[in-house]
Amino acid sequence: MVETLVLIEHDRQCVKRASLHGITLARQLGGEYALLVLGQGLDEIAASLVSYGAFAVIVADDPALTEPLADRYAAVIVEAARKYDSRTVLGTSSTFSKDVLPRAAALLDVPMVTDVLAIEEKNGSTSYRRPVNAGSMLATVKLESDRRVLTARATAFEAPAADGAACPIERFEFDVASLPNGMEFISREQRISGRPDLTEAAAVVCGGRPLKDKDTFERLVGGLADALGGAVGATRAAVDAAMAPNDYQVGQTGKVIAPQLYIGIGISGAIQHLAGIKDSRVIVAINKDPDAPIFQVATYGLVGDLHQIVPQFIDALRRG
Amino acid sequence: MKILVPFKSVPDPNDATVAGAATSAPKSVINPFDEIAIEEALRIRERGDAAEIVGVTIGPSAVDEQIRAALAMGIDRAIRIDDSRVLDPYAVARILRALIEKEVPHVVIMGKQAVDDDSNQVGQMLAALLRWPQATFVSKIEFLENKTRARCTRETDGGLEVVAIELPAIITTDLRLNEPRYASLAGLMRARRKPIEILTCDELKVAVRPLTTVLSIARPPKRAAGTRVDSVEELIAKLRQEAKVL
Repeated sequence: MVETLVLIEHDRQCVKRASLHGITLARQLGGEYALLVLGQGLDEIAASLVSYGAFAVIVADDPALTEPLADRYAAVIVEAARKYDSRTVLGTSSTFSKDVLPRAAALLDVPMVTDVLAIEEKNGSTSYRRPVNAGSMLATVKLESDRRVLTARATAFEAPAADGAACPIERFEFDVASLPNGMEFISREQRISGRPDLTEAAAVVCGGRPLKDKDTFERLVGGLADALGGAVGATRAAVDAAMAPNDYQVGQTGKVIAPQLYIGIGISGAIQHLAGIKDSRVIVAINKDPDAPIFQVATYGLVGDLHQIVPQFIDALRRG
Repeated sequence: MKILVPFKSVPDPNDATVAGAATSAPKSVINPFDEIAIEEALRIRERGDAAEIVGVTIGPSAVDEQIRAALAMGIDRAIRIDDSRVLDPYAVARILRALIEKEVPHVVIMGKQAVDDDSNQVGQMLAALLRWPQATFVSKIEFLENKTRARCTRETDGGLEVVAIELPAIITTDLRLNEPRYASLAGLMRARRKPIEILTCDELKVAVRPLTTVLSIARPPKRAAGTRVDSVEELIAKLRQEAKVL
């Protein structure tokens, strides 16, 4: 028996660093945990996972799993959870885990808690803290079930240290012919960007609607991000105005980030956006409206015209 | 083709009481992501790909107001499963499964999550219980091959992904699938004459007990406001010397 299975996410080349944070939740839950990876050609990915203190790295490696199709992935995760008799299956919150894990939970006939921020053990029962209402409130919930599926917010759990002795890699055999076959992968449109991933970058610069158009957005927000070696994000309004692609959206329904340094440019601070940045270590706000709500949470606020301030900022950083 | 759209009544996310500014009870609205699902169903019907749109919600008679709003947008008929308990996503999915087995739609379109609970589970759980394919976080839907399959564009963390799924299937909607219409006056008038069918879990022969209990809800600790700076030079100095992030 392995108490907890931690689903690890990858992009077919590398492990997604954020998905490792679920390991920290598995450690807090106690008991042995194994890391579960699904895909094709996973030797290198599996090898990169052996030092996280797991009982084993369980690898479901098959051409049928080349693409993350929810019906197949959920079926394989469920088979693994049954084989290892795991009471908990967990992943780190992402569009991948949110697609696949609720499906696995229903197949396992167990309830699920999304976006766990913290757990508390009291009198032998576990309660979970999670954000609700776009992050404006925190709910504490309890499950009447000794088995469960969880997703952990990456920003609420530290990255685990890779300092354990190498664990074995176990190949998970499953019956490919019995997998569901109702979904087909067609294509993926992935931007090639020289910038770091939004959820992993140490510095993130986000822009709002006052950036006006795509070119200005790229010149100012992109320019400042590049001067800092950081990533670019956007508010829902900026994405709606086609200044930035959809997957740049930061906020409760977009990405939740917690970089060392967040800089908001022309961002007033809607609750939806603030919910996605409030755990950043340092928040800088640049906005011409001195009453913008973002100044209430900003570590440093600078009131003024972004079209003057941001080019000065970029120049100053470039000069060193 | 028959489309089923499950929708949830939620506190208005644009209401100041939800954001914490006032104390009176906020008004309820159709969950915004479900409203996008209703709009998409209407557009599919308008381009001749669907004959009937059935809306379903779960709740006490108080949610009839949101049912009327959905009918006024243009869905053909509505079902309310009369249940006033606080349900969790898995309970909702099991109730909806029973209704789907009765209604037999060709496709179910629903919001990716409810903006009050933010769980993002019901669509995927429903697909699992029915053993149907799923396309989540969808920003574009096209029907293929005499409507036996749907080609869906999904919004993922890394960008857009396109999948083709066999029908029947569950599709969950993301923000940018469409912009929902406002109900017209004629729509509001027609909504009054459209039927709302009331069913119970007993009638659907589904016995579910929610397994999730909310123990408490509290405001998160407030992050304290920091300092104002007057220039880029001052900001950079603070970031270097005080915060040490540069």
